[in-house]
Amino acid sequence: MPDLSTNCGGIRSPNPFWLASAPPANSGAQVQRAFDAGWGGAVWKTLGVPIQNVSSRFGAINYSGTRAIGFNNIELITDRPLEVNFKEIYETKKKFPKHAVVVSLMVETEEEWKEIIKRSIDAGADGLELNFGCPHGMCERGMGSAVGQEPKVNERITSWAVEYSTVPVLVKLTPNVSDILPHGLAAQRGGAHGVSLINTIKSIIAVDIDRFVPEPRVGSLSTNGGYCGAAVKPIALHMLARLARSDDFNIPISGIGGITNWRDAVEFMLLGASSVQVCTEVMLKGYRIVEDMIEGLDEYMQSHGFQTLDQLIGKAVPAYSEWGDLDLNYETIAKIDEKTCIGCQLCVVACHDGAHQCIHPAKESPAATATRVPIVDESECVGCNLCKIVCPVPDCISLVPVDNGFAAASWNQHLTGGATLRPKKGAH
Amino acid sequence: MSKPIPTDRSESVFEDYKHEYDAKQALIEANRCLYCSDAPCTQACPTHIDVPEFIRKIATGNLKGSARTIFEANILGMSCARVCPVEVLCVGDCVYNQMGVPPIQIGKLQRHATDRAYEQGWRFFEAGAPTGKSVGLIGAGPASLAAAHELRRLGHACTVYEKRPVIGGLNTTGIAPYKMRADRSVQEAQWVLAIGGVQLETGVEVGKDITLAELEKKHDAVFVGVGLGPDTRLGVPGEDLPGVHGAVELIERLKLGKLELSGVKSALVVGGGNTAIDGVRELAGLGVPSVTLAYRGAEAQMPGYRHEWLAAREAGVAGAFHAVPIGFEGNARVERVRLVRTDAQKKPIAGSEFTLDAQLVLIAIGQSTLGQMLSGLSGIGVQNGSVVTDDVGATGRKGWFAGGDCRNGGKEVVNAAAEGKAAAQAIHRHLGGKDA
Repeated sequence: MPDLSTNCGGIRSPNPFWLASAPPANSGAQVQRAFDAGWGGAVWKTLGVPIQNVSSRFGAINYSGTRAIGFNNIELITDRPLEVNFKEIYETKKKFPKHAVVVSLMVETEEEWKEIIKRSIDAGADGLELNFGCPHGMCERGMGSAVGQEPKVNERITSWAVEYSTVPVLVKLTPNVSDILPHGLAAQRGGAHGVSLINTIKSIIAVDIDRFVPEPRVGSLSTNGGYCGAAVKPIALHMLARLARSDDFNIPISGIGGITNWRDAVEFMLLGASSVQVCTEVMLKGYRIVEDMIEGLDEYMQSHGFQTLDQLIGKAVPAYSEWGDLDLNYETIAKIDEKTCIGCQLCVVACHDGAHQCIHPAKESPAATATRVPIVDESECVGCNLCKIVCPVPDCISLVPVDNGFAAASWNQHLTGGATLRPKKGAH
Repeated sequence: MSKPIPTDRSESVFEDYKHEYDAKQALIEANRCLYCSDAPCTQACPTHIDVPEFIRKIATGNLKGSARTIFEANILGMSCARVCPVEVLCVGDCVYNQMGVPPIQIGKLQRHATDRAYEQGWRFFEAGAPTGKSVGLIGAGPASLAAAHELRRLGHACTVYEKRPVIGGLNTTGIAPYKMRADRSVQEAQWVLAIGGVQLETGVEVGKDITLAELEKKHDAVFVGVGLGPDTRLGVPGEDLPGVHGAVELIERLKLGKLELSGVKSALVVGGGNTAIDGVRELAGLGVPSVTLAYRGAEAQMPGYRHEWLAAREAGVAGAFHAVPIGFEGNARVERVRLVRTDAQKKPIAGSEFTLDAQLVLIAIGQSTLGQMLSGLSGIGVQNGSVVTDDVGATGRKGWFAGGDCRNGGKEVVNAAAEGKAAAQAIHRHLGGKDA
């Protein structure tokens, strides 16, 4: 049996699945139920000076009948008294000594940081997460992403926290920056034991087209919120990998952003995350989703012969490269499996309108029979993947490499050494 | 004007066999549609409704646009949504079938969109600028309605001659009530004619109350949409006994009035086509305790739709196959049917006679044709009783067009709608109009 336990910056947990700092980790009763369900850790909903929230607080994007592929919120940090939170953290830790309880924090002054860190550790926190990410409400008060967007402030507050803490400190980074690297390096310089990313993305989730007010609506007004959910995963993966592959960045990463199942979690770990945090999918489906996450990860590790998470964490990082290093002579063409093709012709219309006009209805071909299986004009196919993406039948369309006789040659090689490039396709 | 039909009718006891979608069910089903390109469902539809487009519009909440897409192709989209054999047309060709996934319920979605249009009073089409031309249409069934609507959009004045007091043709008098009841068909006919400029002459039989020559003189073009004639009879002894009816004739009575069925313990329907299957399902639904369909061939050879026959089976109907009546017996009315077994070639086997009790018999072996009513007009060809036309409905006589059952020998409402519309466009060209 593979070992699913993890160590993220010195914070240990029986598996890499943590609740992110958010409504599902708002109270002791919730976190304890999550641990009972199988979650390996939880980052407590951010503590600070308790705030007052609005109603409503959440908004979502539905797509073609699928609910909430993207989600946003305008909820702030904890609205519960600090002493209640600390009491519940204490009780939770007592009941679940081997699970990771990380306490998310957001205050303003050094004195406040010093005090809240002490109280958190006294309550039994296994680690701290500094919330430098929240892009709504708190940033207007000079906290959250207002800190995360300023590397100097980030570094300074991180160094305070590290100084006052006896447990590992993670810095939660905001994606609302043009390049994540300087911010990750600032946390590292401040002495952080690790970073977690991404926090939510500044967003307006939707507009009520009858009331002429954005959503979520609070009376007659709305405000920008933090975007999350399945749809943000690509942004999170990029920022994660940007740090993971940097030679200058050397501390562990807890991955966050659009993780809904074990596959997503594996992708995050392959790009360098040593734990993963989930909020939105739990908000939508409940703590119970962790059963499949654990089982799916376990089966995946067995199928690949991984004994420990260390063997897979970061394994895809070396394959994340620059465009200039890609092999321009690598050529693929689309092949349609006529046995499984259902004749919907979605590939035809996508290729015609959105790609290179190289997939044609069979009836337009001289060799036509009564079939609706489209014909790929291989001499024109650029191997772009669009047909495979729109095809509703799994594995019906595959992109098959072809041997064109050209040796591998990247753009960078071509610029420096004059490597020979194959003739362009579809460029007339 | 169309005479109102009675509110208390035998057919009123029937519920819809296919339940109606509510908004949330429609949304879920609409979102399953793959939005195929050059979609097989659209190709399968005789009126070529852009099915993926109307379904996408349901999914986006553009219900009015969805109804517009349907009616643009087929003005009878409301009734077609209910009565089309979608299993062998659009739904049967849904690509999901190729995947072993349940096909999109196109009929139910079409009903959802078109019913909203009727409910909300949405209208999409206006009469065209008057051309000064006049077209006479014989029959007020689906073919003529579709033709008249299209002709009005193109600006031609229309007069519809209907021998019955009610309009809608077989859609009103012949549709199985668990698919659509007569009032709905009359409502549709009125909705279609509400485009305006159609003079309706009910109770006027062409050839009797007005001659073909008069019609030709009065109008610049004529569309013939008279459908089919009375039920074909077997021609066996006792067929004139009370209780032995033509199926279409009896179905019309249960559609438009009250049918007296007390004392009918067993009923026999003769035939293997869709009218026969409708007949047995209707009699079973009206509470006749024992209903049997007798067909001269094997069960698998029945020309009626298999899905319809399976539904009849589910309703408890019995089948007597390789059996054909040779006589009806009884005193004041039919009491027994004498039948004979048939062989693989559907030929009677000597000595194989048997009898079945039946107090009611429906003969559903086909309908006579009406093409011969045009035989006095030179140039119009009639073949097997059907009016001969070109692809778009033009007969061999200048200005005379035909569509629907009298042209195609008896098909679906949707075929009549398609032929009526195509003929209207051909009439428009004949009258000097440009392609619509």
